[in-house]
Amino acid sequence: MNPLWITQIMAVFRLEVRKTFLSKRGFWIYILALMPVILFAGKSIAEIEMQRRPNFGEDTTVFATVFQLFYLRLAVFFGCVGIFINLFRGEVLDKSLHYYFLAPIRREVLLVGKFLAGLVATCIIFTTSTVLQIAGLYWSHGWRVFSDYLINGNGFSHIASYIGATTLACIGYGSIFLAAGIVFKNPLIPVGAILLWESINSFLPSLLQKFSVIYYLKSLCPIQITPEAGTFFAILSINADPMPAYLAVPGLLLVAAAVLVVASFQVRRMEINYATE
Amino acid sequence: MQANDRVVFENVSKFYGDVLGVNRVNLSIPPGITGLVGPNGSGKTTLMNLMTGLIHPTRGRITVLGIRPDQPDELFRYVGYCTQFDSFPRGFTGYQFVYSYLRLYGCAHAEAEDLTWKSIERVGMMEAARRKIAGYSKGMRQRIKLAQSICHGPSILVLDEPLNGLDPLVRAETIALFRALAEDGMHVIISSHILHEVDQISDQVILLSNGYVVAEGKIHGVRSEMQEHPMQILVRCDRPGVLAAKVFEQDSVVEAQIHKDGLGVLVKTRDPARFYLMLNQIAQNGVSIESVAPADDDVNSVYEYLIGSEETSR
Repeated sequence: MNPLWITQIMAVFRLEVRKTFLSKRGFWIYILALMPVILFAGKSIAEIEMQRRPNFGEDTTVFATVFQLFYLRLAVFFGCVGIFINLFRGEVLDKSLHYYFLAPIRREVLLVGKFLAGLVATCIIFTTSTVLQIAGLYWSHGWRVFSDYLINGNGFSHIASYIGATTLACIGYGSIFLAAGIVFKNPLIPVGAILLWESINSFLPSLLQKFSVIYYLKSLCPIQITPEAGTFFAILSINADPMPAYLAVPGLLLVAAAVLVVASFQVRRMEINYATE
Repeated sequence: MQANDRVVFENVSKFYGDVLGVNRVNLSIPPGITGLVGPNGSGKTTLMNLMTGLIHPTRGRITVLGIRPDQPDELFRYVGYCTQFDSFPRGFTGYQFVYSYLRLYGCAHAEAEDLTWKSIERVGMMEAARRKIAGYSKGMRQRIKLAQSICHGPSILVLDEPLNGLDPLVRAETIALFRALAEDGMHVIISSHILHEVDQISDQVILLSNGYVVAEGKIHGVRSEMQEHPMQILVRCDRPGVLAAKVFEQDSVVEAQIHKDGLGVLVKTRDPARFYLMLNQIAQNGVSIESVAPADDDVNSVYEYLIGSEETSR
C-alpha cells in the first residue's frame, strides 16, 4: 500500500492532467508546438513536389538553429508559461483553488502533484513535436538515408539529445513559471523579465549564466550553431563556456529543485482572497 | 471542557492591507450549533477563513480542536468547510466534485465511491449527481457543497451562509440535517446575516459588527444581561385594560401598552421573573390569559439593541 502522500500526489495528478490536456484555454499551446512541425513538413513537401535534392548536412544545421533559437526559447518557453503559470494562478482567477486548500493535503504535496501533471503534459506535447519535426524534416530524404543516419551516423544520439533537451526545458521553465504563478498576481511581468534574462544570458558573467535554463540547454544540444557573425541570432547562440552533459543535466535539475523549494515555502503562506485578485 | 474540544481564537486580528477584517477576537467555541451573526462586512467570513487556514491572522493565535489552521493535512481530517465561494473545478459533475475530494483525502476508489453516494444521498442530490455542476441551480450548488463538506465525517462543520438559495422545503430539511449533526456531537458553525434563521438553529451565537465581536453566548443569556433594555413580554388575554392597570402596580414594569388588535398587552419589565409570578395572581383574579411570550428575546432584538437599528436594517 502506498504512503498517503503518494496517493494524494496521484489524486492531484489525475485531476490536473485532465484539466491541462482538455483545457480550451490551452489550445494555442498545441498550435505553438505544431508550428515547427508544419514548417519542416512543408519544406519536405515542397522539395518532393519540386523534385529538388535535399541537402542532409544543411537540414541538420537548419533543425539545430530552429530548435535552439525558436523552439526552446519561444515555443517551449511560452508553452510552459501557458501551462505552469495557470496551475495556481489560473485556479485563483477561476476561484477554484479553495477546493484543494480545503482538503487534508500538505501544500507541498499539492505543489508536487500539480508540477508533475504540468510536466507530463508539456513533455508529451513538446517531445512529440520534437519527434514529428525530425520526421517532417527528413521525410524528403527517404527512409534509406534516414535509417543510415540513425544506424551508422549520430541519429539516435542526436534525437535523444533533442528529446532530452526538450524534457529538461520543460522541467526548468516549468519550475520557474509554477513559482511565478504562486508569487506574482500579474505573471506577465516576471515572464517578460525571465525572457529578457534568458536572452541576455550570453553576455552575463560565467557565474550568473548558471542561473538560467537556456545555459544548460545550449550545452545539451548536439550541434553548436554558428549563424552569420554579427547578427542577432549569432549573439543569442553564443555558448562560450559550454558545460558537459554530465554536469549540465544535474545542474539544471538542481536549479529546478531549488526553485520548487522556494515555491513550496510560498505556497504554504498563500492565502485565498479572491476578492482582491 | 478541554481547550482541544473547542475552536479557540486568542486575541486574533486580521487586516487586509489597511482594511480591518476582524480585530482582537477572543473566542472559545464549544460543540453544538453556533451562529455567527452580523451584516455584510462584519467579519463572519473572515473568521471562518481564519479558522480553516484559507487566510492567516495578522496577529494572535487560533487552534481548532488543538490543531493550528496552517496544518491542513491534520486540520481537514476533522473539519469540513462549506464556503460561500460559488465556483467549482471546471467540468465537474456533482459526483466527481465529492468523489475527487475524497481521493485527495486519501480514500481508495471503493471507499470514496461509497462515501460519495452516502453524502450525496444525505443532501438529497441523488438524481442530479451525474449532471455537470455548471447546470445546477443555486440551491443544488449549495447542497453539493454541503455534501462535499460532510463526506469525510468531520467533527467540525463550518458553513458560510449555507441556506442561501434554498427553497423553503429544502431549507427545513437542511436545518434538520444540521440539528442531527449537532446531536451527534459535531460542532456546527453557521454564518448568516438573516437573524431569525440563526435564532431558530443556534445553541449559541456570536454577534459581530465592523470586525469586532460585540456579544457571544446563549442568546437568552445575552439578552438577560442587557439591563438597560427592559424585557418585552406580550400577554394575550380577554381583558387587556384590566391587565394593564394591574401590571402597573409593580415597580419593575416600565411600560404597558395595549396591543394594536386590542387582544393583548405588551409589557416592558426589568424583572421578568417577578412579572411572571404576578401574572399567576392576575390569572387567578378573573383575567383569562391565553398566551405569554417574550417579544424581544431573540437574536434580532439583541442585535438591534447592541448595534443599533441602522445596521440591522441593512
